[in-house]
Amino acid sequence: MKIKPRLLLATLAGLCPLLAAPAAHAAWTLNLTPGVDQVSRDIYGLHMLAFWWCVAIAVVVFGVMIYSMARFRHSRGVVADTGLTHNTRVEIIWTTIPVLILISMAVPAARVLVETTDASGSQMDIRVTGYQWRWTYEYVGTGVKFVSSLDRMSDAARQLGSTIDPYSVPHYLLNVDHPLVVPAGVKIRVLVTGGDVIHSWWVPDFGIKKDAIPGYVNEAWFDVDPDKLGTYRGQCAELCGRDHGFMPVVVKVVSKADFATWLKQQQEAEKTQPPTAATSTSASAAAPAAALAAPSG
Amino acid sequence: MANTDNATTHAALTGHEEHDAHGEHAGHDEHADHGKPHGFWHRWLTSTNHKDIGTMYLVFSCIMFFIGGAHAMLIRAELFHPGLQFFDPGTFNTLTTYHGLIMIFGAIMPAFVGLANWMVPMMVGAPDMALPRMNNYSFWILPFAFALLIGSEFVPGGGGGTGWTIYPPLSVEQGYALPMMIFAIHMMGASSIMGAINVIVTIMNMRAPGMSLLRMPLFVWTWLITAFLLIAVMPVLAGAVTMLLTDHFFGTSFFNAAGGGDPVMFQHIFWFFGHPEVYIMILPAFGIISEIIPTFSRKPLFGYDAMIYATASIAFLSFIVWAHHMFTVGLPLASELFFMLSTMLIAIPTGVKVFNWVATMYRGSISYEPPMLWAVAFVFLFSIGGFSGLMLALAPADFQYQDTYFVVAHFHYVLLTGAAFGIMGGVYYWLPKWTGHMYNMTLAKWHFWMSAIWANVLFFPQHFLGLAGMPRRVPDYATQFTDWNVVSSIGGFAFGLSQILFVILLWQCARGGERATGRVWEGARGLEWELPSPAPYHSWTEAPSMATLERGAPMHQTHG
Repeated sequence: MKIKPRLLLATLAGLCPLLAAPAAHAAWTLNLTPGVDQVSRDIYGLHMLAFWWCVAIAVVVFGVMIYSMARFRHSRGVVADTGLTHNTRVEIIWTTIPVLILISMAVPAARVLVETTDASGSQMDIRVTGYQWRWTYEYVGTGVKFVSSLDRMSDAARQLGSTIDPYSVPHYLLNVDHPLVVPAGVKIRVLVTGGDVIHSWWVPDFGIKKDAIPGYVNEAWFDVDPDKLGTYRGQCAELCGRDHGFMPVVVKVVSKADFATWLKQQQEAEKTQPPTAATSTSASAAAPAAALAAPSG
Repeated sequence: MANTDNATTHAALTGHEEHDAHGEHAGHDEHADHGKPHGFWHRWLTSTNHKDIGTMYLVFSCIMFFIGGAHAMLIRAELFHPGLQFFDPGTFNTLTTYHGLIMIFGAIMPAFVGLANWMVPMMVGAPDMALPRMNNYSFWILPFAFALLIGSEFVPGGGGGTGWTIYPPLSVEQGYALPMMIFAIHMMGASSIMGAINVIVTIMNMRAPGMSLLRMPLFVWTWLITAFLLIAVMPVLAGAVTMLLTDHFFGTSFFNAAGGGDPVMFQHIFWFFGHPEVYIMILPAFGIISEIIPTFSRKPLFGYDAMIYATASIAFLSFIVWAHHMFTVGLPLASELFFMLSTMLIAIPTGVKVFNWVATMYRGSISYEPPMLWAVAFVFLFSIGGFSGLMLALAPADFQYQDTYFVVAHFHYVLLTGAAFGIMGGVYYWLPKWTGHMYNMTLAKWHFWMSAIWANVLFFPQHFLGLAGMPRRVPDYATQFTDWNVVSSIGGFAFGLSQILFVILLWQCARGGERATGRVWEGARGLEWELPSPAPYHSWTEAPSMATLERGAPMHQTHG
């Protein structure tokens, strides 16, 4: 009884984003998101390929098993064929076929893997650093750097004993104060590292999950389709202590022109404001925004 | 049970042929329990008897299932609804950490050691385990290890909140709990190694004449291979956690990047232990299922040799796939490719095993007593865990699955509906042999159906949650994940409650019930069924005759 209005709400909440924000997932979601760039779509394709192979294998194997279970029942007076303990031909077949199936998956998987690791030709670098329990984003060479933490409404609602209904908070736990802003249609390299313990930077719609490890700089890249402007949400994916569940990743994908404007605003703000604790460490703050050589694609 | 003192003359008087007869006719008392120590403490604390120690392992494991299960219930209660209702996030992390450690080291592993203790000597025609005193030590270490482990949940500063994988640098931030956890792990490791040595020595040295290696039941084979895995990897875990200890307390920098160490190295070492560990928890279950399915199909196991080779291949491959747990740490491309391909290879021997089980049922004469129900559920549900495992093996796809509920669903399918269902099947299979009583079949079927249904309600939706983007090890979640979490929690509570039926059944069966015959199950073959039920205190005081052996192990009679 108590669940019903909630389910109704959840269904409604699930339908709304379908109309408004392409990034949000509907409730009762069953499957992976195909995402908004080529890599995430390739991963999705691989996922579906593996899934359908599993379904096919399951149909055959479980089919034979269910048939045997129903057909060869003791209660039906069936007498066991105790001589049936080996059949070399069958055993060779059921070893060979799986090998072929595996090859049919390994080849595309290897291709996608190579694609994900090839960050060559990227036009922009963003340094992502995980801290307990927030992210910092630095647009390399532009002097723009900021901290991105869970938004205040979610943070208030998520406290133990809070009376705020999570359903009343927009994008509960998946919203931040300062989202990462990136242009669509630009190949962007992210350099991921950890400031204290290991975190993992995950944006499902980009097909990226990279661990943020102290002492390591991990590389990943994405290139969002130009027509897929919107806000995409993920979370930290490596247990990093108490508030691991409360350090979302939010990426706002805007057009190149909007991005250029936004970046300029940020640089102006950096100049006029005294550097905060988060930005003061940026050695490149004074450097001109040359590295981002007009993201023209 | 009266005249049990003539232990020395017993074997000579009764002879092995009589043993055989007892197999068919229950109720003979002479064999029952000569030499059994009197007095509760004397019997249980100082026991060197494989059956008593086996029983203690199994009871211990059952208690740990409930303690670990209680942790799981609390986790599911917190995840029933978004927002934090019951626990602070730190406490929640403690719950997931200890749920994992208790279930793996306290529930699953001791249950298999208990089954090995009970069954291996009986199955190979030995009177007891080869090293009975060490057997006693290896059990009695465990209560102390777990007192230390569970005690560490309540120290000032709270229990460890790192997950069972205790990755640094996070683990080095833990307080008093960390050294306690580490010492507990050392003790469990020592216990496991002793247990494994005992199994190996027993199997290698105590087999009855005529019980050649290729006549051994699959359960004995899988345990032999498992024991080698244990000896190979438990010291690796001990080394890894010792390095954590020195990093924390003695200023070393094995895993500290600031001191020139490498946090990823811990993951390599941990998973070099951790992946074989996964097979340590499933191979004996494969063995149990390979015993049960032929019995209730009234047909010898299909592809006995292939089963052994497949088990050995899985064991070998388990050493070269560890980094598939680490696809997102930023391995070089060549490593990613290697570990992806080697992991995919595991599907082949595992597939062979499943095909062999199905082929054993094919043209059999199948009846569905409780052990068979668990075995059939095992084959279905473990296969589902295998399918998600295959998907996880694909490195690029794993970028999306890694550390989500998809992984949680995967390993609960292989560990709960795989390993634990295998244990359940084994208990239902051999329980009449242990107690001498049949159990309540109605209750057993209820327990099975409740467990099988609710386990799926519990874990199947977690695939959806993971794919939709819910990370694991979080105490709270975005509202779009609510619905499947509600379903999963309901399944979890119902599954947990269903296990009470199991305890009632065990209690009843231990206390009484219809007398079990020596054979117990019409189609059962193997030396353990040639002994009366309950099995005598010392299993085979005299080696079984060739005739007994032939009758007991006709499953593999193709091997001369």
